[in-house]
Amino acid sequence: MPLMETLAKAQAVAAGRAQPLATVRHRWLSDRPLVFVPLTTAGEVGAPLGALVGTERDAPHLLVVPQPRDRDLRSAFLAALADEMLPYLTSYEDRTVLEPGRETDPETGKKVSVERELCEDAPQLIVPNPAGVEYVRLLGRATRFRRTAEEDPADPYPAPSQVPLLGRWLTHYGERARTPGSALLLAMTELLSLHWATGQSGLEDQHLGALLAWLDPPQGVDGAQAALRAQVGRGADGLLCCPPAGPATDPVFDNTALAPAIDRYDAARSAGADTGPAEREIRALLTSQLRPTWDDVWRGIDLLRALPPGGHVEDRWKRDRWSYTGHRDRLRAGEPPQPRVDDAVTAAQKLSGRETAQARLDAQEALDDPLVMAGRRLAGEAFAGEVTAVEMAYSDGKVPRPRPLLTVATDDEPHLDEGGTVYRALPDGRTQEARFTGWTAPGVLRVQLLNGMGRGKVPDEGSVPEVGDRLCWTLFEHAPRGGPELPDADATPWTHGGPPSSAPGAATHDPVTSEDYL
Amino acid sequence: MSEASPASGAPDPAKAAAQATEAILRDTRDGAHRGVVVDSPPGAGKSTLVVRAARELAAAGEQLMIVAQTNAQVDDLVDRLATADPELPIGRLHGSDSPPDPALERHASVTRSTKVAELREHRVVIATAAKWGYVKGVEPWRHAIVDEAYQMRSDALLRVAGLFERALFVGDPGQLDPFSVVGAEQWAGLSYDPSASAVVTLLAHNPGLPQHRLPVSWRLPASAAPLISDAFYPYTPFRSGTGHGERALTFGVASDGSGPDRVLDEAAASGWGLLELPARHTPRTDPEAVAAVAQVVRRLLDRGGVTVSERSEQPVPLTADRVAVGTAHRDQAAAVRAALAGLGVTGVAVDTANRLQGREFDVTVVLHPLSGRPDATAFHLETGRLCVLASRHRHACVVVCRAGVADLLDEHPSMEPVRLGVTVKFPDGWEANHAVLARLSEHRVRWRP
Repeated sequence: MPLMETLAKAQAVAAGRAQPLATVRHRWLSDRPLVFVPLTTAGEVGAPLGALVGTERDAPHLLVVPQPRDRDLRSAFLAALADEMLPYLTSYEDRTVLEPGRETDPETGKKVSVERELCEDAPQLIVPNPAGVEYVRLLGRATRFRRTAEEDPADPYPAPSQVPLLGRWLTHYGERARTPGSALLLAMTELLSLHWATGQSGLEDQHLGALLAWLDPPQGVDGAQAALRAQVGRGADGLLCCPPAGPATDPVFDNTALAPAIDRYDAARSAGADTGPAEREIRALLTSQLRPTWDDVWRGIDLLRALPPGGHVEDRWKRDRWSYTGHRDRLRAGEPPQPRVDDAVTAAQKLSGRETAQARLDAQEALDDPLVMAGRRLAGEAFAGEVTAVEMAYSDGKVPRPRPLLTVATDDEPHLDEGGTVYRALPDGRTQEARFTGWTAPGVLRVQLLNGMGRGKVPDEGSVPEVGDRLCWTLFEHAPRGGPELPDADATPWTHGGPPSSAPGAATHDPVTSEDYL
Repeated sequence: MSEASPASGAPDPAKAAAQATEAILRDTRDGAHRGVVVDSPPGAGKSTLVVRAARELAAAGEQLMIVAQTNAQVDDLVDRLATADPELPIGRLHGSDSPPDPALERHASVTRSTKVAELREHRVVIATAAKWGYVKGVEPWRHAIVDEAYQMRSDALLRVAGLFERALFVGDPGQLDPFSVVGAEQWAGLSYDPSASAVVTLLAHNPGLPQHRLPVSWRLPASAAPLISDAFYPYTPFRSGTGHGERALTFGVASDGSGPDRVLDEAAASGWGLLELPARHTPRTDPEAVAAVAQVVRRLLDRGGVTVSERSEQPVPLTADRVAVGTAHRDQAAAVRAALAGLGVTGVAVDTANRLQGREFDVTVVLHPLSGRPDATAFHLETGRLCVLASRHRHACVVVCRAGVADLLDEHPSMEPVRLGVTVKFPDGWEANHAVLARLSEHRVRWRP
């Protein structure tokens, strides 16, 4: 754990309240996110039990599977979920803007300017915790290969129409959530612990109720006490006052409340009686478990909305919009569902993209937020100091360029290597590089500016710091680039098994398997 | 570990090493397979093998490309190759913002360029894997040598493997594995997991490739090879090229009885020394442990150390450039550097395990990765980290550590999830740490600073 975070946690314990880890909000929050709180059935891996879903905080839609072992009812649940989610997920498809870009002309091989469609905004999914993100992935995996009656009239158990499409969207969202800094699919506990430190362990922070108890304890109650009550407090009926945020349910609830209600439902059904009363009872029970989490997620959204967005948040959201637009285009082009397993080239591409995204995210969070930058300074990855001398110097060569030498006094202890490059954000958003030339005394170092001073012999106005300026340099790049391109999948080399299409049994796309029936 | 000991009647180490090298070169030159894999324990002459293989292939009229992992490794290889064969035209391909070491300018046979087209006709072209990744649209090479292949990631090999028809992969399986700053669990168990080592992927797809190993460590002394071989290479043992008594470290100045002096005497006599500080949970840059490391180095230099080895007829004074300090974290290295500067010591290499990989010294002082920690994470337990730190020395290694690491290990058994299809790596870090600690405790000097 970074030292700053350890300190904040210690302070949180002392104060009995969560302490800020950030001064700005580092993730995009949509004006109209879709909140999804799922529950699963104990003992049946992945079997849905119910969910609250919707974009209106006061009017969530409740979906319930009254007998989770009945596959027809589960199938109906998925169809209902698709009806709730797809209109929202697709409603952003047609509002687009044109973005200038460059691409290679396939005929001439030259780079040409083009304009591409980019969705103006994108749908955002918020779930309570990382287990919820995993469940979104599981739903995607379980539904995207299913075939509908229109696609395969011979299928004895056709999927309700729209369900495979929902699976493809959920798969895309689940996969995008693995890209650092993306915001298409967010887990509320992770969002909150990114911005605040509590006095409890990381594991306990995954309990949304306990996390919020530290962030926003009731009047006069210590955060630790409130969190403890959220974790273990039970009412007279033996049920948790703060039910778990899912997808797993509280076993006591399962045994004492849910199982008898499901038995009554079964009894009514087998007797041919009206199942309505039993079903209403199950709905009420699930509401009692889901609604507190639903409200907690919105409370979290409120807390986060109170923070101003970081400077680069919109830039990262634009990449999410590209991701959304790209998936829309693949769907429109009639491409098959995402394969079960990535091929070698796709896996390497994803890993490389995510590593670049991680490096960019780390840099942007530090640049956007002095508190995050303080952590990087403490770790020796950046330093702030006062310019105490500026000495003009010029590069060798036919046309000498300005290469001023700056002396900087700093209290930080950066891990600088002689000749290493340091970076500074210029007021206009560009990055200026400088070379570290050595320590002249303890706490005094010299850097030589290398660029960002314009084209002339005289540096541009304001591009060279003046004596007395307080500035911050980083040892990490501000806009790291990705690595070299990967080969086409058809050119996968022998070391990696050759092209996937040459492998025996390579199908056009993955078939449905028994795993696909939730 | 009797089979690794020269006393057991095994053939002469030089002969065993020469036989292994011949077999490797034969497979590389004339073998029917597209790849040859060579496992090399620390200091077993890997670079010498690469230089030799490159020269033989070039002499046979072949053109070849060499892939190394860092610019320093590339520069070092170019230097060795050009020194060994001044007539051989070598192309050094480099990135525009990472110019090669100016020291290479003394070799007239070396041409440097950022464009592969300007170098394609040279007998040997050398670059980092990252730079090779940008090379497109050239005629593939018939031969390649991939150096430090176990430190290369599978996705890096994917980028460059289209550039050659067949290759010799050389590396040390015991060193630090490649890593990724983002999670790669979703591909765990796939044969081409992009975050795995290049050799793992290569062998998964080409299980029939010939695999060789170099059997003799020329760096590690007879006191160290059995421990390193047992702890880190249990199924591929190796031995030292020198016997007991062929190397010696002595001091001109007698011990003053302090902890650092006693541990230095122990290390000089036995090859290993453990300076144990009282048990305590500390921050990473434990001031007492850092000061103890600096003290040991200061005394090591002050006491007029002299080394005797097979390299020279005369005893050689131990100088600062032959001493290194190894740590797990960069901030620890920075703290040690500051402490050494405070004691007026200069010229000693102080770095993390990652950066000490591939380097060699006479004496090393190691701050134990688990010293003073309240927990043992996968990072600190990684087998390769300890292996690198404990296998850089030709004479002696002093480890500075807080007491209680054995208990810490027992409280933190390996908890990494087991994943289907992933080759389990033996030994695991937990076991290797215990093996090393057990051996070090025989050379323990307790000290309260």
